[in-house]
Amino acid sequence: MSDHVDGNALAGDLREIFAVDLTVATGQCAGCGYRGSVASLRVYQNAPGVVARCPHCEEVVLRLVRAPGRAWLDLRGTVSLEIPLQA
Amino acid sequence: MAIVSPGFSGRRQSADVQLPPGQYLTEDFPVLTAGPTPRVPTDRWELTVNTEAGQKYTWSWQQLIELPAEKITTDIHCVTKWSKLGTRWKGVSLDVLLEEVETAADFALVQSYGGYTTNLPLEDLLDGQAWIAYRYDDDDITPEHGGPARLLVPHLYFWKSAKWVRGIQLLLEDEPGFWETAGYHDYGDPWREQRYQGD
Ligand SMILES: [Zn+2]
Repeated sequence: MSDHVDGNALAGDLREIFAVDLTVATGQCAGCGYRGSVASLRVYQNAPGVVARCPHCEEVVLRLVRAPGRAWLDLRGTVSLEIPLQA
Repeated sequence: MAIVSPGFSGRRQSADVQLPPGQYLTEDFPVLTAGPTPRVPTDRWELTVNTEAGQKYTWSWQQLIELPAEKITTDIHCVTKWSKLGTRWKGVSLDVLLEEVETAADFALVQSYGGYTTNLPLEDLLDGQAWIAYRYDDDDITPEHGGPARLLVPHLYFWKSAKWVRGIQLLLEDEPGFWETAGYHDYGDPWREQRYQGD
């Protein structure tokens, strides 16, 4: 038996997480380790995409590019997001 | 007071000039930025070319402006769909800067003060297609528009014309830059409307 299954197994968990208001999540910056709410990020939107930067070190923590019918979310500048859920 | 129908003047403009597909004409010069605007004094500015073999070539501001410069008048096309016609620049051709550089590279990753990057094939920087520009409209380039010096490579979407340019890394393999890793097209030819990956 295989030691893993395909990504369809993530469907339930991801649907629960991405349906929430992520601005209340707490993110940790991959650049400096700063922790803060997504709402506290500095967002530059006069750009080809949306760029969110750490309020402490100004590194990019999140990028979002929207095209007709698709979007790209780049979170490589974020170590993790702590997302409050209903207990 | 003369009454001019904007629809009429719009049609005339688009009939007189040919724009890449999906673009519209603008008269002003929108400022796009993905972060805080770097302000680099020219006495601390330098441009570095690093080769794939680890060789490093550096120009100070004074050395840059003493090189033979060209005046360039060109149309520019932003991926956010505005195009601006007949913009006037002055700068040093990359042919001049790269003349002495020994390289077998096929690709370049352009790096900016502030951390921005963009990639393109090295051949798109050569043969009179690209400049390090330091004047716009007979004036110094303002920090908002990428001064003291920016890359100008007008045959590609304008995100490739990196503001606040500080270096060019020459590479044997292509290395996607800031927007190219976040959904934008690797090459970005406006005439083929290469906005996003897969276009
Ligand atoms: Zn940080």
